[in-house]
Amino acid sequence: MAEAVISVDSLSVEYGTKRVLDHVSLDIERGEIMVLLGGSGSGKSTLLRHIIGLERPTSGTVRILGTDINRCSPKELKSIRRRMGVAFQEAALFNSMSVEENFSLPVHELTDLADPVIEIMTHMKLAAVGLGESLQQMPQELSGGMKKRAAVARATALDPEILLFDEPSAGLDPIVAAGLDQDILLLKRIFNMTIVVVTHEMASAFNIADRIAMLYQGSLITIATKDEFRKSTHPRIRQFLDRQPDPIGANTAAMHRLEELAGLTGAGV
Amino acid sequence: MRFLERIGTGVIQGLAYVGGLTIQFAEGLRTAPRVLPVTGRRGRWYAAIREMALIGVDALGIIALVSVCIGFILAMQIGSELRRWGALQYVMDTVAIGFTREIGPLLTALVVSGRSGSAFSAEIGTMVVTNEIDALRTMAIDPIEFVLTPKYLAAIIVIPCLSVASNAFGILSGWVFMYIETKINLSMYLDYVYNSIDMRDIFSGLAKSLIFATIIVQVGCREGFRVKGGPDAVGRSTTSAVVRSTFLVILADAFFTAIFYLVRKD
Repeated sequence: MAEAVISVDSLSVEYGTKRVLDHVSLDIERGEIMVLLGGSGSGKSTLLRHIIGLERPTSGTVRILGTDINRCSPKELKSIRRRMGVAFQEAALFNSMSVEENFSLPVHELTDLADPVIEIMTHMKLAAVGLGESLQQMPQELSGGMKKRAAVARATALDPEILLFDEPSAGLDPIVAAGLDQDILLLKRIFNMTIVVVTHEMASAFNIADRIAMLYQGSLITIATKDEFRKSTHPRIRQFLDRQPDPIGANTAAMHRLEELAGLTGAGV
Repeated sequence: MRFLERIGTGVIQGLAYVGGLTIQFAEGLRTAPRVLPVTGRRGRWYAAIREMALIGVDALGIIALVSVCIGFILAMQIGSELRRWGALQYVMDTVAIGFTREIGPLLTALVVSGRSGSAFSAEIGTMVVTNEIDALRTMAIDPIEFVLTPKYLAAIIVIPCLSVASNAFGILSGWVFMYIETKINLSMYLDYVYNSIDMRDIFSGLAKSLIFATIIVQVGCREGFRVKGGPDAVGRSTTSAVVRSTFLVILADAFFTAIFYLVRKD
């Protein structure tokens, strides 16, 4: 069996009385692309935030490269994070810095490379994602696709072993989204990175995934290869694949209120 | 019973807040060597210098204006009373001691709290909302070291300087009043002021400035880091930063003035 780079064991997360993740267990192997699928509010971004170590779970463990990130020392956590790169949904570029400064920040902070070396590295890596002409632009001057590419470039600045993406294709046109998918596949092929992608875009998921994990209401309902996922008979997966809406009336309180507003029931009738 | 519960909850929340501020302050001190020149990273110290310009240089004009106005108002109010007793010369003592011990540091703190405390909160709050703080953490960069400590080092350097400037402008506006009333020249006025204040007055004012600087930066940054939600939460945090830091500055002022009073009495 291949080495598990990310190991999530019985992870549960509660916000107040609401259970957002319910005993989620998942192993992600070195060099694979795992896509976390799920509808809005299914808990996939929460799972990603726990894998990154930005939040503490109610119970369960998250091991990254063999270390429990919720029980390790700050020094160990720092060392693990140096081996990870994260591209956030809204890119999370520093608005007060140019594209060049955004990229070079982790390199300046976490390495002792000389300034000219960092400059060459910055130019090369940003040119590789098509931002060679935009080095001095500020994030607010970039299009959505350019921001995402800048975020990917920054996340890969130090050639991390693990790369995590939160909704990389959200809000992008299909051509730009397909370009990002290609970048992700390229990173895996060239650097053998372990990549986790949170998305609800089926086309993108089938394009890049080695395996797909699907969350529904905080529970993991399947972990499968692309082919297995396509053939699944699980009703929720079928609904997702066939783009079927929830049956009308699934939310009875909301339906009742709508009917009330339409004057079909209640005081208006 | 419910009233007591509310008081208890308020006290616990207040203590938790001050506890949080203290922990954040300690974290800031721990990371200070990594921001200072020579021992720290170069970029950090540049950030501190930029903050000095924003907190200090940009605020000098408004502090000068407010100090001149308050100094003149104080001189007029006291002068109108003291004239009746034939003791107009004591206006000089009152303005000089009042500014060095109290008004200069307090006025500076209130202006900086309104200008920079709110700006710290808005800046950090926006960084929280746009995931920039999370991005720093995932890059193994300590947000306290990166965001807070340069601001704190800048503030503890420039706020005492601004207080000294406020003292100077306030005392000079006292001279304008005295010149109008008695035609006293500037060198005689300054000579009188020099004899009426001692080093303890200046040091107590500067000590207060350092404490006020600490409160303004820690509260402003804390309110920013605590932001949850969207842009409306950033707006609320900004208001909260100004209200809380103003309240804590005045509370600390009362406390330390009492201590200095007791020390002087002995």
